Amino acid sequence: MNLAQQHAAFMTILRKEILRFMRIWVQTVLPAGIIMTLYFVIFGKLIGSQLADIQGLSYMDYIVPGIIIMAIMNNSYANVVSSFYSAKFQRHVEEMLVSPMPNYLIVAGYVAGGIARGCVVGLVVTAVAMFFTDLQVYDWAVALLVVFLTSLLFALGGFINAVYANSFDDISIVPTFVLTPLTYLGGVFYSIDLLPPFWQNASLGNPILYMVNAFRYGMTGVSDVEPRVAFAIIIGFVVLLYAFAILLLRRGTGIRS
Amino acid sequence: MATALSIHDLKKTYASGVEALKGVDLEVSEGDFFALLGPNGAGKSTTIGIVCGLVNKTAGEVRIFDHDVDQQRELAKSFIGLVPQEFNFNQFEPVEEIVINQAGYYGISRRAVLARVQELLEQLGLWDKRREMARELSGGQKRRLMIARALVHRPRLLILDEPTAGVDIEVRRFMWDYLREINGQGTTIILTTHYLEEAESLCRHIAIIDHGRTIESTAMKDLLLKLHRETFVLDTRERLPCDIAIPGFTARRVDDTTLEVEVERSRSINTMFAELERQGIHVISMRNKSNRLEELFLGIIEAGKA
Repeated sequence: MNLAQQHAAFMTILRKEILRFMRIWVQTVLPAGIIMTLYFVIFGKLIGSQLADIQGLSYMDYIVPGIIIMAIMNNSYANVVSSFYSAKFQRHVEEMLVSPMPNYLIVAGYVAGGIARGCVVGLVVTAVAMFFTDLQVYDWAVALLVVFLTSLLFALGGFINAVYANSFDDISIVPTFVLTPLTYLGGVFYSIDLLPPFWQNASLGNPILYMVNAFRYGMTGVSDVEPRVAFAIIIGFVVLLYAFAILLLRRGTGIRS
Repeated sequence: MATALSIHDLKKTYASGVEALKGVDLEVSEGDFFALLGPNGAGKSTTIGIVCGLVNKTAGEVRIFDHDVDQQRELAKSFIGLVPQEFNFNQFEPVEEIVINQAGYYGISRRAVLARVQELLEQLGLWDKRREMARELSGGQKRRLMIARALVHRPRLLILDEPTAGVDIEVRRFMWDYLREINGQGTTIILTTHYLEEAESLCRHIAIIDHGRTIESTAMKDLLLKLHRETFVLDTRERLPCDIAIPGFTARRVDDTTLEVEVERSRSINTMFAELERQGIHVISMRNKSNRLEELFLGIIEAGKA
């Protein structure tokens, strides 16, 4: 396929994916807005007003970036895992497999769809956050780059999960038992400075900590980790998961017998 | 004439250990209308799956218009359109979008394909349904949707895996006419079907696969010449005697006015009529007991088991 053909193929998947999650926005966009509003009310307003500042920020200001990036992570992942698994389940993934589209375009199209949903939900949650605090951005470039890389990473994770999934149960196991605990332990609601030394060191093994703190740095200038280290780790994981996703498609794991 | 599809010693063993293909060889010329037949589980769908990139082969070579599916994957695939056995489109997408998206996967932009999509949906009687969700279509409409989808990028080789399974006779006849038309325009067609009348009526060449091997591959005409015997069902005006016999033929009285007669190819059917006439029995209608190809097919499969 030449470049124009590849562009047409990529845009086909991306357009289809965006239309899909926008058509069912009550299931895909609205829930994040409601849940994150509850976080802001309960943790930020009610409990946060009783807590001391963290690293010079009010508790509300401290948790807002974490909650936004958490919503982006969850939705980038959820979009790809449910959409690609559904394509496998209904077998319309075969429409792509019989076509001359290269494997990387299939990955790119679905991942771009995941990024798009992550960004739409991120915007909704950001808009909600603006009702609770005077939102400032410390470094636009860092904030936007973290949003892009994090949603990319989680969309890739969702793709790999979908490739391996054999039932609808399989697409909720990883988010429930791996991602949610790691997210809550990833410094969304607290600074790791508050933890005993052992748990501080243990937290440094959690990749989500770096994404949350890199985004918090972009929004507020405050971070528990060095932003450059955070970027290196996120990019490292992106490269690793992308290579793995391509390998799975080339082998036909989960999609070709 | 160019070779549209060439398969050499194709083998497939599934992870479960099932050896689905043990050495399939096929040669389909450009412009041909080719039947791929075999009993259930013979390996037809596995063969098609490998050709279309849906199944990984274990060994062997597949070339599409002389392009190796391993070495020149993208180019080889660009020539194929597939109508699979099972419905495999997104049931929650509008009809028109399914066809447009398929063109997109072949690198054709939305704007460039709209006219082609309208043309196909009109030809296949789906234009009025273009905005409906695919799940709302009838079985026959879903089959036609899969044909439109397979043709949207103008493939040179169209592969249909039991395209008329479960559709009513009107839709089946419509599809036969439509397939004849696109074959006449130059598209090579490979068809698998369990309706042997369909294969005999449409196809010029035929291959039979059984137990994962090609056991016959020839011109339809040549294959039908191998038929040594045909069974006819005769309806008679007069009541048939209980002990009816036609010298030189094997006859079986089915009921008072129905007779089954086996006719060897070496014998003239006129002799049979003359003998019945002599016995005062007039034939008012006659038909084949089963499709000619069906008799041959069963014979070949039975011979393979022996």
